[in-house]
Amino acid sequence: MKITVCIKQVPGTAEVDIDEKTGVLKRDGIDSKMNPYDLYAIETAVRLKEDNNADVSVITMGPPQAEAVIKEAYMMGADKGCLLTDRKFAGADVLATAYALSQGITRMGQYDLIICGKMTTDGDTAQVGPEIAEYLNIPHVANVRKIHKIDNESVIVEMNMAESVEIQKVLLPCLITVEKDICQPRLPSFKLKMKTADRPIPRITFNDLEDKNVMHYGLNGSPTQVLKIFPPPANTTNEKWEGDSEELSNKLADKLHELKYV
Amino acid sequence: MAKIIVHQNKIEDREAVIKVCPFNALEFEANDELILNAACKMCKICIRRFPEIFEWVEDVAPSFNKDEWKGVTVYIDHIEGDIHPVSFELIGKARKMADKIGHPVQCLIMGNNISDIAEQVLHYGADEVFVYDKPQLHDFRIEPYAAVFEDYINKNKPSIVLVGGTTVGRSLAPRVAARFRTGLTADCTKLDVQENTDLDQIRPAYGGNIMAHIHTPNHRPQFATVRYKIFDAPIRTDQATGKLTLCDIADDKLESKITVIEVKKKEKVKSIEDADIIVVAGRALKKEEDLKMVYDLADELGAMVATTRPLIEAGWMDARLQIGLSGRTVKPKLIITCGVSGAIQFVAGMNNSDMIISINEDPKAQIFDVAHYAIVGDIYEIIPGLIEQIKKMKKSQ
Repeated sequence: MKITVCIKQVPGTAEVDIDEKTGVLKRDGIDSKMNPYDLYAIETAVRLKEDNNADVSVITMGPPQAEAVIKEAYMMGADKGCLLTDRKFAGADVLATAYALSQGITRMGQYDLIICGKMTTDGDTAQVGPEIAEYLNIPHVANVRKIHKIDNESVIVEMNMAESVEIQKVLLPCLITVEKDICQPRLPSFKLKMKTADRPIPRITFNDLEDKNVMHYGLNGSPTQVLKIFPPPANTTNEKWEGDSEELSNKLADKLHELKYV
Repeated sequence: MAKIIVHQNKIEDREAVIKVCPFNALEFEANDELILNAACKMCKICIRRFPEIFEWVEDVAPSFNKDEWKGVTVYIDHIEGDIHPVSFELIGKARKMADKIGHPVQCLIMGNNISDIAEQVLHYGADEVFVYDKPQLHDFRIEPYAAVFEDYINKNKPSIVLVGGTTVGRSLAPRVAARFRTGLTADCTKLDVQENTDLDQIRPAYGGNIMAHIHTPNHRPQFATVRYKIFDAPIRTDQATGKLTLCDIADDKLESKITVIEVKKKEKVKSIEDADIIVVAGRALKKEEDLKMVYDLADELGAMVATTRPLIEAGWMDARLQIGLSGRTVKPKLIITCGVSGAIQFVAGMNNSDMIISINEDPKAQIFDVAHYAIVGDIYEIIPGLIEQIKKMKKSQ
């Protein structure tokens, strides 16, 4: 069985600030890490590999330094990795990202199950997984919180809904996005780090893809455009109360009374 | 389509140019040519800082007639006979935008035996409700649901499609948007429409630290998802208005590689998203037993208790009670935060609340930036005092 996991390198912190005048992001010492939700996707794949003799590949799209997340995946037990990188992918929105990934996954070869994390911490969209499935013309199940059973034909998964859980049997190949509840990711292993230190990270570039229409990639393939970015608005109408605790308690009780909550 | 052109000869300080990009997307190739690599988000910060080096070039857009796409469509999400309230909120938003451009508000609803539910939608001001009622649509399975959505769009050509950010919506909307190779903006917090029917979409990114204003200028339909409690639902009218249209789709389009084996109900807990009043227990609580005073205050006010991530991680409270980007978004009439510092991840999940009262010892606590009433003090003194005072008031009434 062949499992492919889609992963992404994201900024190490969400603490970004923005200069109100220039609209420029202030981010010193750009720190990167693996998207935390992807750790659950890799762990899910590696556990399936341990129980079912599967082969786990990871793919990421990004600049050359995104190789770091593939190395990390090797340390968790992934067998193969691939970096999808080309300047033609620059400026990709969700759709163009999902399309390039679907082309890259096809280029990597056969797959039975594709696993994605629930979402990334920089984009927060949770859209790339379903869009990859659409382009590969395979079924998908999002918000999977448990895998009951997998064999060569199908996988039985639990989809987490707001008030219910739907147990679905899905024919392979298919794509799932997994929630944090599904497992506890292992830490990267030092032994595997040593063992995989020289393992190559093949690159796939635009010229390797089947669809060579530049209009389908990067900014050209992106229907959405960012007009501008700006800091979130702050609430300007606020009152600050300071002083003796008893007074404050009474004042607050009066306010709640005035607002008709008491 | 647009792109960024680099004028190589204008580059002076190579280091400074590379540093301007927050995404590390600028790099010099072996031949010393400065390029934008795959990390580029097209945020245009480089253009703003070095306009002489970076140039935005907008090619002529592929000509298409925006007038051929008419209508603001709302996808009606429902489970077990109940319409998810986000659907009504979206009808309210759709109405405002549709009136501005003279378009109709359409609703799309799919399922099995749903005529009762479809009728309810007519009390919220939609012009036309399109109903796909088929046994194959009983449970949510991605391929049949996407096929119906595709059929609807092909036949009705809406300009804008709004989908609630529910489990189903967040799985279905991207699938359909990709099928039409069009844009989808997730979790919009503000929506407006321009005269030329372009949708202005504003959404938080980077965990709510920045807001992005997004356009889909050359594609239709324009898809957006919106979370529950962002917009206001219209008031239900007694009189049904608008038209109910039954639609059919060929059975072979509803085939699926998915079989639903079982649908299990989760234990029913009232969710914090439905609460009108919320009291939030924060990190300033020293031990689990101290939660009692927070619950006592909530009882006095008829409120629900919610919390922040540290208390979930400590195992003191159920994860469903967490407010924030990694939890739930709430928009109660009143929210009282007790010892919450106000990290942006939390604030993004509650700053749309009608009235925010915050108690915190630290006068510089971030939560005070969004609070309407910022009370600087120790929760261990203020809360018991407040409970006592409320009890007194109730007695004297």
